[in-house]
Amino acid sequence: MSSNATPAANSHAADHGHGDDAHHPTAAFYVWIGVILAVVTGVEVAIFYIEALDAIEAPLLVILSSAKVVLVVMFFMHLKMEPRVITWVFIAGAVLATFMVTALVILYHVLPRFAV
Amino acid sequence: MSSVGTVTPDVHHTSHEEDTGLWSWITTVDHKRIAIMYFVTATVFFFVGGFEALLIRIQLMNPEQNLISPELYNQLFTMHGTTMIFLVAMPMAVAFFNYVVPLQIGARDVAFPRLNALSYWIFLFGGIYLNASFFVGAAPNASWVGYATLTLPEFSPGRNVDFWFIGLSILGVASIVGGVNFITTIINMRAPGMKMMRMPLFTWMTLVTSFLLITAIPVIGVALVFLGFDRLFGTVFFNPAGGGDPVLWQHLFWIFGHPEVYILILPAFGVISDVIPAFSKKPLFGYPIVVYAGILIGFIGWGVWSHHMFTVGLGPIADSFFVAATMIIAIPTGVKIFNWIATMWGGSLQFTTAMLFCVGLVAVFTVGGLSGIMHASAPVNLQQHDSYFVVAHFHYVIVGGAMMGLWAGLYYWFPKVCGRYLDETLGKWHFWTTMIGFNLTFFPMHFSGLFGMPRRIFTYSADLNVDIYNQLSTVGAFIFGLSAIIMTWNLIRSWRSGEPAPANPWGAPHLEWSIPSPPHHYNFPGIPEVRSREPLWDPKERADIEAVTMAEPEREPIMPNPSWVPICLAAAITLAWALVMTGVWWIIILGMLPVLFFTFLWAFEPAFPEGH
Amino acid sequence: MAHAAAAVAADDHGQTNTGISNWKLGFWAFIASECLFFGTLISVYMVYKGAAITGPYPNEIFDVLKTTVSTTILLFSSLAMVLALDQVIKANKKKAILWLAAVILMGAAFLVMEYTSYLKYISYGLTLGSSTFGSSYYVLTGTHKLHVVIGMIWMATLIWLIARDRIPPHKSETVEIAGLYWHFVDIIWIVIFTLVYLIQ
Repeated sequence: MSSNATPAANSHAADHGHGDDAHHPTAAFYVWIGVILAVVTGVEVAIFYIEALDAIEAPLLVILSSAKVVLVVMFFMHLKMEPRVITWVFIAGAVLATFMVTALVILYHVLPRFAV
Repeated sequence: MSSVGTVTPDVHHTSHEEDTGLWSWITTVDHKRIAIMYFVTATVFFFVGGFEALLIRIQLMNPEQNLISPELYNQLFTMHGTTMIFLVAMPMAVAFFNYVVPLQIGARDVAFPRLNALSYWIFLFGGIYLNASFFVGAAPNASWVGYATLTLPEFSPGRNVDFWFIGLSILGVASIVGGVNFITTIINMRAPGMKMMRMPLFTWMTLVTSFLLITAIPVIGVALVFLGFDRLFGTVFFNPAGGGDPVLWQHLFWIFGHPEVYILILPAFGVISDVIPAFSKKPLFGYPIVVYAGILIGFIGWGVWSHHMFTVGLGPIADSFFVAATMIIAIPTGVKIFNWIATMWGGSLQFTTAMLFCVGLVAVFTVGGLSGIMHASAPVNLQQHDSYFVVAHFHYVIVGGAMMGLWAGLYYWFPKVCGRYLDETLGKWHFWTTMIGFNLTFFPMHFSGLFGMPRRIFTYSADLNVDIYNQLSTVGAFIFGLSAIIMTWNLIRSWRSGEPAPANPWGAPHLEWSIPSPPHHYNFPGIPEVRSREPLWDPKERADIEAVTMAEPEREPIMPNPSWVPICLAAAITLAWALVMTGVWWIIILGMLPVLFFTFLWAFEPAFPEGH
Repeated sequence: MAHAAAAVAADDHGQTNTGISNWKLGFWAFIASECLFFGTLISVYMVYKGAAITGPYPNEIFDVLKTTVSTTILLFSSLAMVLALDQVIKANKKKAILWLAAVILMGAAFLVMEYTSYLKYISYGLTLGSSTFGSSYYVLTGTHKLHVVIGMIWMATLIWLIARDRIPPHKSETVEIAGLYWHFVDIIWIVIFTLVYLIQ
């Protein structure tokens, strides 16, 4: 493992494939992301308890947690700083997984309502 | 450190090439040797699965025969399907991925040579494990789709289904590891100038297939975990008594199962997209279209799974959606067929055995595609479901598509592998016995199916009046079996004493033909620079490339260390999975310890010789 | 000359087309695969949501506040993970080890809290076989916990390596990849927290 990992640092600078030499963000930046994640989690739990929001609770929560996922992937996992091809590899899996969950939820929870 | 050209104090005089002992094969991480092991193993399993098929055909030759008991018959057709898909068609394709892809993209090996060896050994042990079930009299017997509730303990109390779900889980690990390896290899290790849109089609289809592997296999993996929990730990995922839904198994199985169909067929499409241009002496017609069609097939392949489940009664909305999606996927497939025909159109065609198999594929696969379109329509499907019509259909696409494509690849790349041609006379015999035997076996099944003969039942009534079709099928199956023997005889004979082949025997355009046959164990003395899609068809470019690839290196390139850890880790993984059958928590956890141990050995073992 | 230069370019332990190391790209492909793995587990939980024919039901047993605490702990373990990587890059051995230890501790805290929750659910009568809810809940969250345990073993190995100076800054990718794994496990929990606990 270790000997394969070695050249990564060097090859980044030398390569032509991608334009950005984005430096790693500072520790303070990471802490900010962490704080934002905690706050969004707090908001989610609040939404869970506020009865007035029950009608739009599900879509709201899905949007907020998707935002959390995006934050972790982009910054903690540095996807934003990586060459685009990694994004495509990840998206392939993430999109298909989302598609599968959605399709099965539709098949089991939505379509039966239209059954004749 | 990362360079071959810079000062390296220790010149490697010892070449692994000369090592041919058993130990060198066990510890090899060379993609070419792993490819050969994949091919040989898959061929052995091809004979196992073929033997099972012949027993089935003997039993079905006449109505109401009792040569084989219903119980044994269940095991035979289950293992025939499981073997042919997971132990023959898939690993046979992986053998070609392994041998050809690094050579086509100008790489010295795959991205993770040890993981590559691990994939092979897991496949081998998983295959042995599955077939070992015969020796304890408990071979899987619930068909290759293993529908719940038949697979639940009440209805399958023996160990048969345990062997099945554990065996498939083991094989799944090998597939995912392989998929990750080839994605990384193809994206990361191309020679300079080998842009994505310059890659040979076989490499492209390997990439698409690898994506399908890493995305589809986890789905069946989890479904098998659920099944295992239902069988061993009393969960109720598929058990209606506890509120579970057996249809959910069908969904999960086919969410995997349909992409799996494209895992089987896309490598063959890749092979013939390389072979047809080589023997037409014309570039592939509409290269980008063929690439995009392949990607599109892979993608839409995810949205059609419920066409295997029309008889379940999902309702008109769901059925309509899946009918439409299924019919749409015929479009990119049809596009490819037109591209192959257009490539041949006006070319100077050379009908070698490889080319014959390609043309055979185009013809036979189209028949399978047409019957596919027929049962893509839900109302028609209701008539054909679970009949021999379906058996005819999927043999036309899997044997007539996937396997014929791979045999084309066999005749095409064999000279590269061992520096000798496969015998063309025997090759033509192989081709024609295949064509005649195959069509004689499966074409009559369209009729026996439409006349109402159900699949997966050990006999049929004389009143059905399908005797003649079954007799034809049985005769065809034996001719088809003969073709496999001819192929094997040809392989053995040509391997030993075939006519010697030059580096580029077919005048083909891709990088794998720019190096000697057989290749050095390091493939490329120097890595060439590619300037076009058909680099060897441009005289100037060819000269530049061969100046590098045919040169004697001043110093042998540094290749990865051989390692005995992959085979040990594979054995540990197989053992850990096998112990799941006990259903005892502490034994299962103990069984994971060797896996952990060898994983650590793996992580701390240097992959390359010291100092690199 | 050109020959030697070309040989360097695609040497398999040297540079790559994309500038990404093989390990990192391969690991992302593995993560894509894991998306489908957990996607299937989550799908099945969602399919059986509200379909259990016998109790106890989710709204009777889930303690959202307690789970919020364990969720937040796991979130912050991800933060500790990036900070550990930051310190490895800065060659600050001691702080790197401290942050990694924090990751393990928070992972352990998460596991302990979840384990006590399991015990409570079992006392309410929710078992693997009691209903589809029990089956899909335990297998989904149990698989996630297995991933957490593997991550903790991985982090412990890294601490051992760093302590023995085996991970200098130019090898920081070893830690980065472990981080990718840990963050992914965190992401899965973010999704589980919302879909399982909050949307009942």
